[in-house]
Amino acid sequence: MPGPDKRLSADDVVAELASGMTIGIGGWGSRRKPMSLVRAILRSDLADLTVVSYGGPDVGLLCRAGKVRKVVSGFVSLDSIPLEPNYQAARQAGTIDAAEWDEGMLLLGLQAAAWRVPFLPSRAGLGSDVPQLMDDLRTVRSPYPTRVPGLEEVHEDLLAVPALELDAALVHQHRADRSGNAAWLGEDPFMDDLFVRAAQRAFVSCEQVVDTSELVDVADLTHLRITRMDVAGVVEAPGGAHFTECPPDYGRDEAFQRRYAATAKSDEAWDEFRRDFLEVDDAGYRAKVEELREAAGSEGARS
Amino acid sequence: MSDDEITRADVCAVAIAEAFRGDGERLCNPIGNLPLIGGRLAAATFEPELLLTDGFYTVMDPQSPDDVPAVGLDEADRLATRTVAHWNPYREMFSLLWRGRRHVMMGATQIDRHGNQNIAAIGAWHQPRRQLLGFRGAPGNTINHTTSYWVPNHSPRVFVETVDVVCGLGYDRAAQLGPVAARFHEVRRVVSNLGVFDFGATDDDGTPVMRVRSVHPGVTVDEIVEATGFELAVPDDVGESRLPTDDELAQLRRLDPSGLAAREVPAP
Repeated sequence: MPGPDKRLSADDVVAELASGMTIGIGGWGSRRKPMSLVRAILRSDLADLTVVSYGGPDVGLLCRAGKVRKVVSGFVSLDSIPLEPNYQAARQAGTIDAAEWDEGMLLLGLQAAAWRVPFLPSRAGLGSDVPQLMDDLRTVRSPYPTRVPGLEEVHEDLLAVPALELDAALVHQHRADRSGNAAWLGEDPFMDDLFVRAAQRAFVSCEQVVDTSELVDVADLTHLRITRMDVAGVVEAPGGAHFTECPPDYGRDEAFQRRYAATAKSDEAWDEFRRDFLEVDDAGYRAKVEELREAAGSEGARS
Repeated sequence: MSDDEITRADVCAVAIAEAFRGDGERLCNPIGNLPLIGGRLAAATFEPELLLTDGFYTVMDPQSPDDVPAVGLDEADRLATRTVAHWNPYREMFSLLWRGRRHVMMGATQIDRHGNQNIAAIGAWHQPRRQLLGFRGAPGNTINHTTSYWVPNHSPRVFVETVDVVCGLGYDRAAQLGPVAARFHEVRRVVSNLGVFDFGATDDDGTPVMRVRSVHPGVTVDEIVEATGFELAVPDDVGESRLPTDDELAQLRRLDPSGLAAREVPAP
């Protein structure tokens, strides 16, 4: 029997969220971020969020708009622009709390939540300032002896990376069916499937909704990584990762990303960006982006 | 500049390549343009068993020296010139590096005499004067496998007495953890635009500290000491960093067709 039809609009998804929640956002840096869902949060009155992310413009936008209490990340970067300017500004102004972990620790925290264990042990992080500065991190002593030839036997202390339990996860996939079975294309799944399983409720936006029977035709079997058992809602959002990259469907819109990055420089730039791209619905956003593209194209044709 | 003229950037690339000597079947994972050029030079010459990252999601296994891809290619050429041997999305990279089969060369906004590295923030971390990259993979890299550093702008602002935030851990932090916990820790080499450094000296506690290994041709030890914000160990017989061989020079020109190295380290 077909699964339930879980198709929602981006605004429907946001209506399921609440202020104060811990929200995990998939993707990596400025790569395959569920940007249409992030914009829906920006249009809402949600506030006081804790955001868990391999951060990119998702984190920067939410910080710039004052939606964030705390960011838990392995980094926040726009890739081609190494430092995310709005996250950087928020950190320097002290307007958000931050937990900055080693990148691999974030994977373990998500995996722990997905497996419903309270922590996973990690060597990554030991000896660095991560456990000293992030005050909620503890170590755990191995119950098993470690025997290294030539060294005294010890019970090793490892970092106990706490489960990153998410109230909700937002991820963007290339293809999904209407009930939440989803597939990624390209070369890296990132941690999207872990975000989904670490969350009480997961919402998947996708480039295209296809019939369940088509999934194995549009993606290799090994890319069918997210199951409807773990998914609460599906949003069909063509171009939903824009301006981050979503290969093979599309690359990063670098010109647009530069325009976004400039919003950290002044309130005027932010207000203009907000008016043009954030205070409009999805169709309005896409029309505006298309307008920019055509303008750039005709300029290119003139020169 | 004629193509067969040897530049400071070439010397840096060779010094970076030398950091990977002896690594064998390991993932050579330099980050940044000059480190990439140096790492690929090693793979194309004296360290042919190295595996290479494509900078994204695969491990490349070049089948001959000239199959080691050039850097700075556009996306189509980048994909066309890679001989892929392994799928390496980020989660797999963590597995690979936690297993230890990797030698990374990272940058450092600050580095101290014990090899502690900072890329996270300048000032107090809780509200930094300048937010930088975050910790990224530095803690996990340094506790799990060999790490080296590349610094294109050797100055007392980079080579500091104490780093503001410890991302990659140095030898004093490793010593505090004890020999078992730190058994995979090795900071092998620091290469800068002025010279090459290792941790072959020790302080009074017996903890390894940074030592001058060689100075690049045209640079004096005094210049390096002047440009370093902590007391460097300086052996009596500091030699010059070696020049590329003819074969290496030919590979360097092939690996860096757009001259990225010279842009990063201009001729002095």
